Amino acid sequence: MKELVIVSGKGGTGKTSISAALACLAPQKVLADCDVDAANFHLVSGATIRETHTFTAGFEPHIDEAACSHCGKCTSLCRFGAINSGIITAPLNCEGCGVCAFNCPEHAIAMKEKQAGHWFISHTRFGSLIHAELGLSVENSGKLVSKVRQEAKKMAATEHLPLIITDGPPGIGCPAIAALSGATLALAVVEPSVSGMHDLGRLADLADHFRLPLAICINKSTLHQENTNQMITWCLSKGLPVFGQIPYSDTFRTAAQSGQTVLEMPHSDVKKELTILWQNIASHLRLPSQTSTLDLLLQKLNIFR
Amino acid sequence: MLISIASGKGGTGKTTLALLLAAAHSQVTLLDCDVEEPNCHLFLQPQWQAAGQDITVMVPHIDSDRCTGCGACSAVCLFSAIAISGNSAILFDELCHSCGGCLLACQQAAISEEQKTIGTLTAGTAAAHPGIYLLKGTLKVGTPSAVPLIKQMKQTGLQLAGDILIDCPPGTSCSMVTAVKDSDFCILVTEPTPFGRHDLELALNITRLLRLPTGVVLNKSDGAAGDESIETFCASRQVPILAKIPHSLAFARQYAAGCIPGEFQSIAASIWQQLKAERSAGT
Repeated sequence: MKELVIVSGKGGTGKTSISAALACLAPQKVLADCDVDAANFHLVSGATIRETHTFTAGFEPHIDEAACSHCGKCTSLCRFGAINSGIITAPLNCEGCGVCAFNCPEHAIAMKEKQAGHWFISHTRFGSLIHAELGLSVENSGKLVSKVRQEAKKMAATEHLPLIITDGPPGIGCPAIAALSGATLALAVVEPSVSGMHDLGRLADLADHFRLPLAICINKSTLHQENTNQMITWCLSKGLPVFGQIPYSDTFRTAAQSGQTVLEMPHSDVKKELTILWQNIASHLRLPSQTSTLDLLLQKLNIFR
Repeated sequence: MLISIASGKGGTGKTTLALLLAAAHSQVTLLDCDVEEPNCHLFLQPQWQAAGQDITVMVPHIDSDRCTGCGACSAVCLFSAIAISGNSAILFDELCHSCGGCLLACQQAAISEEQKTIGTLTAGTAAAHPGIYLLKGTLKVGTPSAVPLIKQMKQTGLQLAGDILIDCPPGTSCSMVTAVKDSDFCILVTEPTPFGRHDLELALNITRLLRLPTGVVLNKSDGAAGDESIETFCASRQVPILAKIPHSLAFARQYAAGCIPGEFQSIAASIWQQLKAERSAGT
């Protein structure tokens, strides 16, 4: 089973739009949306939720008011300024470390598992989608990302599907690290802007740090042709293959507005470039790049799953 | 006045707006708290003052001579940052939240604390815009949590006088919350697509939770159906739309080239006026 993770260094470069286009082109796959902070993939794929699961991670203190003597020990030990003599005064500051609970002389504080969000299995136009929603201002987005990937792998295994396409989170921090670790291929969707080039550098460092194969897709490549050329030269000097160049197109905007992928639009002007991108990925991952009619038929008949 | 510029998702134009607002002010401090991918400096080209300051967090240091491998530290660590192997404790410092729980639990006094660098803070004045003082935080590649870095940046920034703008990280998780917290006003940047509308709602739930006065700037506005859906949504949540920035390919091209385009200066000026009115209403 191969796992393609689409990342970007920063947000808004077109990860979700490109992931959706790839989902449209790839014949047999499970989809995963690992942007758990601001998941959007369900909006372009017509997702209907089949299963909802609670995600628990981390801990939060529960205080037994009858046992608390308000001695103030917790206040002096809490490094995050979250508790004052047995009263959680700033819940958003609490990191759930349990120092208050473990050191309370009255044993008045218990640490309980915290509900940190939900994850879902949905049906979409392109197959099954695993996605999630992180609770507001909750940490552990990395853990939720790992959970989504784990469930996507489970589904791909049971349904004998050869590929997982993951719409990754932006950035290079905890969620991005969690989405990338152990992936078969990371595809960076980047823009030819000065910030895009800067962010690609940092993303390449991260991929290097985790020894992950990284390929590049330049989105909005006609926005600044000079920067695009410079980016390609830079990628080649670093040994990073450029799998696609997608010209600037307003169709992406209109597609997003109508809840469709850019390939489903009647006058899609980027079809050719997106197909080349997919073929490059498929040949790199040694996957069949085109759906044979037999495959389609089997998929529809749902026999050999 | 402390103004944070956030958005549920990336790419909506936080940095663009922060730069437009900074350039329309005579004297302002800009804090680039998008420490995973700081970009403001690329447009401002500041003269950096001296060497960057290392930002550190405290992590436990285990004295292997004293450690008996009793496991008390590992038992209290709710982040699984300490494991026991044989007769000694092993630290996974990237999981550590610096809570100090292990120190308190160790009966052998085998644990002390040492500093670990998680990023750098640099500061400088923009050559082309001498009124803008930029503080940039850069997270070290491979460091999972940006929160301590953002916290320390804000501590440094808040000691400075005058108006402060914060370019926040995207999303609605802990980094974003740390960046917007304590601001006098939060501007949420969005765009007229279902993505923008969906993520605006998440971001708005955060500013509500934190009780921050909030306004919306609609970027890449095209006057079409997308605009309407954001307007209806903002009206239903009683959030003012401070400005609409039109969709402009010329603007996007200049921005791609690393310039702060002059095109929408009047919009930036009008946002400042509204923020000032908000301040006088608030006091």
